[in-house]
Amino acid sequence: MAQPQLQPQAPIKVKQEEVVSPWKDAWRTLRKNKLALVGFGIILFFIVVAVLAPWIAPYPYYEGQLVMKNKPPSEEHWFGTDYNGRDVFSRVIYGAQISLWVGTFSVIGSVLAGTLLGLLAGYYGRWIDTIISRLFDIMLAFPSILLAIAVVAILGPSLQNALIAIAIINIPTFGRLVRARVLSLKEEEFVMAARAIGMKNSRIIMQHILPNSLAPIIVTGTMGIATAIIEAAALGFLGLGAQAPEPEWGKMLADSRQYIQKAPWTVIFPGLSIMLTVLGFNLIGDGLRDALDPRMKS
Amino acid sequence: MALLAYSIRRILMLIPVLVGMSIIVFSIIRAIPGDPALTILGEKATPQAIADIREALGLNNPWYIQYFDYMKDILSGNLGESLQTNAPISDEILPYLAATTELTIVSMLIAVFIGVNAGILSAWKQNSWFDYCAMLIALVGVSMPIFWLGLMEQWVFAQELKWLPSVGRDDSRNPVEAITHFYILDTMIAGSWDQLWEVIKHLILPGIALGTIPMAIIARITRSSMLEVMRADYVRTARAKGLAQFWVVYKHALKNAMIPVLTVIGLQIGLLLGGAVLTETIFGWPGVGRYIVTAIGNRDYPVIQSGILVIATIFVLINLLVDLLYAYIDPRIKYR
Repeated sequence: MAQPQLQPQAPIKVKQEEVVSPWKDAWRTLRKNKLALVGFGIILFFIVVAVLAPWIAPYPYYEGQLVMKNKPPSEEHWFGTDYNGRDVFSRVIYGAQISLWVGTFSVIGSVLAGTLLGLLAGYYGRWIDTIISRLFDIMLAFPSILLAIAVVAILGPSLQNALIAIAIINIPTFGRLVRARVLSLKEEEFVMAARAIGMKNSRIIMQHILPNSLAPIIVTGTMGIATAIIEAAALGFLGLGAQAPEPEWGKMLADSRQYIQKAPWTVIFPGLSIMLTVLGFNLIGDGLRDALDPRMKS
Repeated sequence: MALLAYSIRRILMLIPVLVGMSIIVFSIIRAIPGDPALTILGEKATPQAIADIREALGLNNPWYIQYFDYMKDILSGNLGESLQTNAPISDEILPYLAATTELTIVSMLIAVFIGVNAGILSAWKQNSWFDYCAMLIALVGVSMPIFWLGLMEQWVFAQELKWLPSVGRDDSRNPVEAITHFYILDTMIAGSWDQLWEVIKHLILPGIALGTIPMAIIARITRSSMLEVMRADYVRTARAKGLAQFWVVYKHALKNAMIPVLTVIGLQIGLLLGGAVLTETIFGWPGVGRYIVTAIGNRDYPVIQSGILVIATIFVLINLLVDLLYAYIDPRIKYR
C-alpha cells in the first residue's frame, strides 16, 4: 500500500486576525465617531488659541482706551471692546488659557487624590474604607457649587483658590469610581493569582489594579474637565474666582452684564467660548465612553 | 418588611453624613487662615471690636467646646445671628427659603414636562428631524453655562423684547402681601389674580434658565429608556392588538421607561439647588443662594455657614426621599 506522500502543504490562507490592543481598538471606534471628532476639533482649536495667545491676540488683555469703550465689533476689534475699552477678542483668547488651565489642573488634582483614596479604600477595605467612604458621602451631600463656595469662603477669593476648591469638590467622584473598580478587580482571577504567587500589594496595585482602572478614569476625567470649566466660570461670575483684570470668561460675563444692552458682544463671546469648550469636552467624553468601555454605554 | 428594613438602614446611614456636614460647616469660619475676626472686620478693626466679635462667635473657647455649643444651637433650631442685620438667621432665612423652593419647583416642572415629552417624541419618531433637533438642543443644553443662558434670556426677552420682567419675584409697585412666602400660593389665597399673573411672569425666565440642564438630561434619558422599552415584547403585543400608537407610547411604554427617568430627576434636584445660587444672582431672586452670595461679600460668616447647612440638609433629605421612593417602585433595590 502506497503511503500517501506527504506533500509540502500549501499554506492555508487564513485571514490573519490582527492582534489589536484594547487601546488601539478604542482609537478605531473613536475615529468613526463623528461627534467625538467634532469635540476633538473644538478642543484642539482652543488649545492652539491658548498656546499662541501672546502671538495672536492683537491687543493686551489688561488695558484699553477709554475713548474706545463699548464699541461694536469692527475690523480693528473683531469682538468689539468692553466697558474699559479693552479688546474683547484678545481677552477671550487669553481667557482660553485660564479656562483650559483651571479645568485640566483641577481635574488632575481630583484624579490624583481621588485615585489614591479610592485605592486605599477599595484595596485595604475595613476601617480605612469606612472612613474614606463616609468622607465621600459627606462631601457629596453638598451641592458641588456650594461646597466650592465654602472652600473659597475659607481660602479667600482668587483664581488659584477656585482651582483648589474645584479640585477638592470633585475628589469623591473619582474616589468612588476607583474604589468600585478596585472592589471588582480584587475578585478577578489574575489579581488572585498575583496574590497567590506572593506579589506585593504595591506591585499588584501598580501592575494590575491601576492599569485596569485607567479607562473609566479617563472617561470621567474628560467629562470632569467640562464640569470644572463651568464651575470655575461660575465662581468667577460670582466674584469668588479670578479677579480683575484677569480675562477669565465667567468674570468677564459678570463685569460686562450691566452693559449688556449697550454692548451685548461683551457678554455673547465669553459665554459662547465657555459653552463651546464645555461642549467639546463633553463630546470627547461621550465618544471615549463608547469607545473605551462598552459597559458604560448609556 | 424588606422595604421597612431598607428604609431604617437608609435613615440610620444619614446620621454620620449629617454629623460630617455639621463639622465641615462648623470649620468654615475656624479654618480661615489667620484670625477670623480680622478677616470679618477688615484691617482697620479696633482691638475692642475684634475682642467683641471673638466673644460673640465664641472663638476664644477650645474647638471641641465650640463645636459642642454649635451642635447644641443647631439642634435647638438656633442658626446663629447675622453679623450684618443682627437678626436670628433661622427667622431671616425662611422667606429666602420659600423663594428658592418656589423657583426650584417651577424649574423642575418645566424640565420634567418638556424633557419627558421631548424624549418620548424623539424615541417615537426616531431619526426624524424632530429627533435630531431635540437631541442637538439637548446636547448643547447640557453644556450650557446657566449664568450665561440667564443673561441672554434677560437681554432678549426682558430688555429688548420687553415681554417678561428680568428681576425679582413680583411687581415692586404692587408687591405681594407675604403669607406663606410662596408667592403663587399667597396671591391665590388673597385672590388677586393680576398679581398671580405677575408672579408667574417673573418665574418664567429664571425657571427656564435653571431648568435647562435638567431638561436636557431628562430628555436624553427618556429617549434612550423609551427606545429600549419600545422594543419589548409587551409593547409589540399592545401594537399587535391594534392599540393606537399614542396609547402604546403614553400608556404601555412610558410606565416602564419612567424608572431610570425618576432616578435622574432625583439626582437633578441637587443640581437645581446649586444652580439656584447662580440663577438667583442673575435674576435678583431673593432666595437662599443670593442670601449666601451676598453674605460672602459682607464676610457674614454665620449666614454663609447656616445657609450652606440648610441647603445641604434639604439636599440630603430629598435624596433620602428619592432613594426610598425608588426602592418602593423597584423592589430589586432592597436586596442589594
